[in-house]
Amino acid sequence: MIRTEEMLLNVGPQHPSTHGVFRIVIKIDGETIVEAKPVVGYLHRGTEKLAEDLEYTQIIPYTDRMDYLSAMTNNYVICHAVETMMGLALPERAEYLRVIVMELGRIASHLVWFGTYLLDIGAMSPFLYAFREREVIINLLNEISGGRLTFNYMRIGGVKWDAPEGWIDKVREFIPYMREQLSGYHDLVSGNEIFTTRVKGVGTYTKEDALSYSLSGANLRCTGVKWDLRKDEPYSIYDRFDFDVPVQQKGDAWSRYRCRMGEIEESLKILEQAVEQFPEGDFAKRPRVIKPPKGETYVRIESPRGEIGCYIASEGKKEPYRLKFRRPSFYNLQILPQLLKGANMANLVAILGAIDIVLGEVDG
Amino acid sequence: MLANEHDQDKSKAVTNDEGRSGKASAEERVREIKRKKELAKKEAEGEGKQSARSAAEERVRKIKEQKEKEKEAASEGEGGNSARSTAEERVREIKRKKEAAKRASDGDSSEPERKAARSAAEERVREIKRRKEQAKQSGKEGEAEPEKAAGEDDAKARAEARVKELKRKKEEARKAKENGEKASADDAKSGAEARVREIKRKKAEAKKKAAEGGRDSGSEAKSAAQERVREIKRRKAEAKEAGGSGGEKSEKEKKIAAMKAKARAKAAKAKAEKEEEQEPSPNQPLLDKYVKVIGGHLGEEVLEESYINRLAKDVPTLVAKPGTYYKIAEFLRHNEQLAFDYLSDIHGVDYETHMEVYVHLYSLQNRQPVALKVKINRNEPEIESLVPLWKGADWPERESYDLLGIRFKGHPNLTRIMMPDDWVGHPLRKDYEPYDVEV
Amino acid sequence: MHELLMSPPSWLHALIFFVAGAVLLAIVLGFVTYAILADRKVIGYMQLRIGPNRVGGRFGLLQTVADVLKLLMKEDTIPEKADKSLYVIAPAIAFIPAFAVLAVIPFSAHLQFADIGVGLLYYMSVSGITTIGILTGSWASNNKYALIGGMRAVAQMISYEIPLVMSVIGIILMTGSLNLVDIVMEQQQLAFFIMQPLGFIIFIISGIAELSRTPFDLPEAESELVAGYHTEYSGFRWAFFMLSEYVYMFGMAALTTVLFLGGWLPIPGLGFIPGVIWFSLKFMLVVFFLVWLRATFPRLRADQLMEFAWKVLLPAALANIFITAILKELI
Repeated sequence: MIRTEEMLLNVGPQHPSTHGVFRIVIKIDGETIVEAKPVVGYLHRGTEKLAEDLEYTQIIPYTDRMDYLSAMTNNYVICHAVETMMGLALPERAEYLRVIVMELGRIASHLVWFGTYLLDIGAMSPFLYAFREREVIINLLNEISGGRLTFNYMRIGGVKWDAPEGWIDKVREFIPYMREQLSGYHDLVSGNEIFTTRVKGVGTYTKEDALSYSLSGANLRCTGVKWDLRKDEPYSIYDRFDFDVPVQQKGDAWSRYRCRMGEIEESLKILEQAVEQFPEGDFAKRPRVIKPPKGETYVRIESPRGEIGCYIASEGKKEPYRLKFRRPSFYNLQILPQLLKGANMANLVAILGAIDIVLGEVDG
Repeated sequence: MLANEHDQDKSKAVTNDEGRSGKASAEERVREIKRKKELAKKEAEGEGKQSARSAAEERVRKIKEQKEKEKEAASEGEGGNSARSTAEERVREIKRKKEAAKRASDGDSSEPERKAARSAAEERVREIKRRKEQAKQSGKEGEAEPEKAAGEDDAKARAEARVKELKRKKEEARKAKENGEKASADDAKSGAEARVREIKRKKAEAKKKAAEGGRDSGSEAKSAAQERVREIKRRKAEAKEAGGSGGEKSEKEKKIAAMKAKARAKAAKAKAEKEEEQEPSPNQPLLDKYVKVIGGHLGEEVLEESYINRLAKDVPTLVAKPGTYYKIAEFLRHNEQLAFDYLSDIHGVDYETHMEVYVHLYSLQNRQPVALKVKINRNEPEIESLVPLWKGADWPERESYDLLGIRFKGHPNLTRIMMPDDWVGHPLRKDYEPYDVEV
Repeated sequence: MHELLMSPPSWLHALIFFVAGAVLLAIVLGFVTYAILADRKVIGYMQLRIGPNRVGGRFGLLQTVADVLKLLMKEDTIPEKADKSLYVIAPAIAFIPAFAVLAVIPFSAHLQFADIGVGLLYYMSVSGITTIGILTGSWASNNKYALIGGMRAVAQMISYEIPLVMSVIGIILMTGSLNLVDIVMEQQQLAFFIMQPLGFIIFIISGIAELSRTPFDLPEAESELVAGYHTEYSGFRWAFFMLSEYVYMFGMAALTTVLFLGGWLPIPGLGFIPGVIWFSLKFMLVVFFLVWLRATFPRLRADQLMEFAWKVLLPAALANIFITAILKELI
């Protein structure tokens, strides 16, 4: 008999594959993980506390910094919460602009995930290919909002700026380009034997686990739960578009990969329709005084990472009494210790990466 | 001895209040109360009376609350920039009380509100009982009479006197109180403070009356208690009316009325159309169903309240009592008619009067949402953990613990998650003061 | 060269060997310099980048030189808790065999240092010593990532050495010799990669695994192990590890050329081009192939890697030997 000894390994908070300042303390026996204990909070900036002293419009830039890979959905959720409380109806054009930028953001976010995930798996090139396409999106969003990452584009009652001249056409041109590149990704990566053996059957969980752990987004859909807030609790104008919700059954990293790649295609579909229907009119109808009535609200929308929610308790003032974000990465990350238990050390990054976390969002 | 010293400190603090910032004095007071609480505890332990200790704690907490109220008054007295907000605060509180009273009185006539009214009444009866005890204590020492006579008694001083009294039950207490009273007499310059005290006095009167009523009846039957509550309410109202002739009261009421009207107008403006179709909410049948199913299985009285939250996309909202919170959550999770298998969000909110835990649930099976809320004691925020029901509640509950100090009983790993483990305080609490060793 | 080896030893011989060795070292270092540059450039172009382009003109020709100079000038750090003597000696243990194996490679019909009878066996066995250097370094670093990386490296190299050796047995059977010159001369009609396709594939795969290059770069999987066995190394010690890695790449590419691509032999009809040129062309083709793979593939997982070696490559190599033996009997 060989006597083996467990070893404590501290991964992070500075580690190439933790996608930020995430730390995980793992106990390994050889290369098998016996126990994993995630440690978060390194990027906690107290957004919720700060927000209590800020006017609603002033909070919007803070939300950019939560999920910095898809800041548009964060912008949206806070605006949507306030608008729900105040019972504001948006001009058509504002809704379309919002949907277009959010879907562009979703594609950009999934592209980053795709690239970094393959980097985790050990393939370098797809990362750079994905960033090439992302750059196009970022440039589009830069043109409309003036920012590349932290857009601060939406306002309560609409958006900050109208689309510049020709912008919609650029979005229209982007759609077929992205489709072509996407098929290239599938050629390079999706059929790669090494990649599929790396991710198939890795980090598997059941539908029941996924629900119990409050997973959302692709993490939930990969287990066969057809659940997308854009479809099931339609907000904005999502009920006008014809799109599918990609669902996989296995619940492993491969399923999550397929879900996310499918979502890029669906987002392109939405974009296509939104660009076609894009109406004339005002891009914002901003109320002069933003004072939601006394009471509380909770709204949730579909961010690229899952269900992002916003709770506001208002005292009828300009500032929220209490603001709380339901941050999808924070919830999604909870299942990690269970997934890692008994997994191979080499699967650590494959599992962690497949959850798709953004540390700014985990830590709030 | 000790108490005397404290009291002198105390009265000093009170006089200083005027000049100094409310915050500092509030801190002072809180610290003092803590010290006293400890003393009281020690004393009680010394006597070997468990029940006495708990009663003492109860009273101390009560006193703390009063002090907080006073703090507000003090800040108003300064006439600083916070005055308006505190005034608003008070107006709101009064409004709340009025509403509660209305509900209580309507309890008999309107069918659907009866349940809520009953629970509220119960709550009030309990409070009255507590007050009765207090009155008894003070009455024994002959404290009540001079208080009444003086008419400008400082609530804080009185409270302290009571603490001491239960600590020692000696003559020192009265001396100390007199000291305090003298100090407070000096304070009586500020009009605002006087006004507050006036209100307090009236409240105290009503309280006393209530105590008397309680003593008279002797029995603890629920119906009788309700009767009494109504009686007390009436008397209180009378007392208020009487006070109103003094001028300040009516002014205040006017203010309240104006505020209310403004708020109503605003609400009406914001959703003029909604106002029309206020009644038929699309989710009303859902709420009815939840309430019916829960009522059918767990009993009618487990829910404190249930309503449609129109501000949150008409989500049916259930307010549980702290004692029944877990039971309801468990029921919502496992009952096949409800089957809320997905926990969307759980977090706490610090309303300065109480803590609230907000849980948003969703049933993927039935495609129905529900919000479950529970109000818990702010000073001892403790509630059952939902981790056994939804594993996803783990980290959010840790977050609530970290940032608000809500303790979740039965949580597998209730440690700080965002803040460092050695952090002092809970940042999202409204009374949070950053702690810094350097300063 | 051969006569020199056979003649009685003298000081002059020692001097000649020393100079010759130094020249080879310079050639190898020159190769390594530009192999690294090529690696970066090729991968850069494959990844929509342009790679090094500042130092040494538009193509960054002196980039690697600058890098090496930087490494040499860096502070030599040794972790406090490290086993100092082993930590210091490990890079040397790893590098020396890498250089020693080059002695038996015939670069052309005449350019060879040691034409020994068991050249192939010599290469295989000496290259195994590097594993010890890596293990020593990883253990001496007293770092968990390094240790895991070292363990992986050892497991991987031992596992893949077996199919690597097995795959060339077919060639040995057909040639009847372990001498590398003999093996090249045997390919005058047809190169062995046509006659031994299965062996060739197995050899390439195992060779890449031996080199720890993508997709078999587990020992230095940066996404999991930070940098693998050389996590704690810096400066010129780290450079030694890197150097040994690239020298092995040189060696493996050369060996592949010799064993399967016909060494310096020209494509029939193009005999006027000198053998050395042919050798370098074929050699560069192999190097490019290695770089290409690196730009394309993800990384395998440790258990999959082992499974692949023992369950796929080894049986296939055995089958190759068997088939070769039968064919040789029949023809």
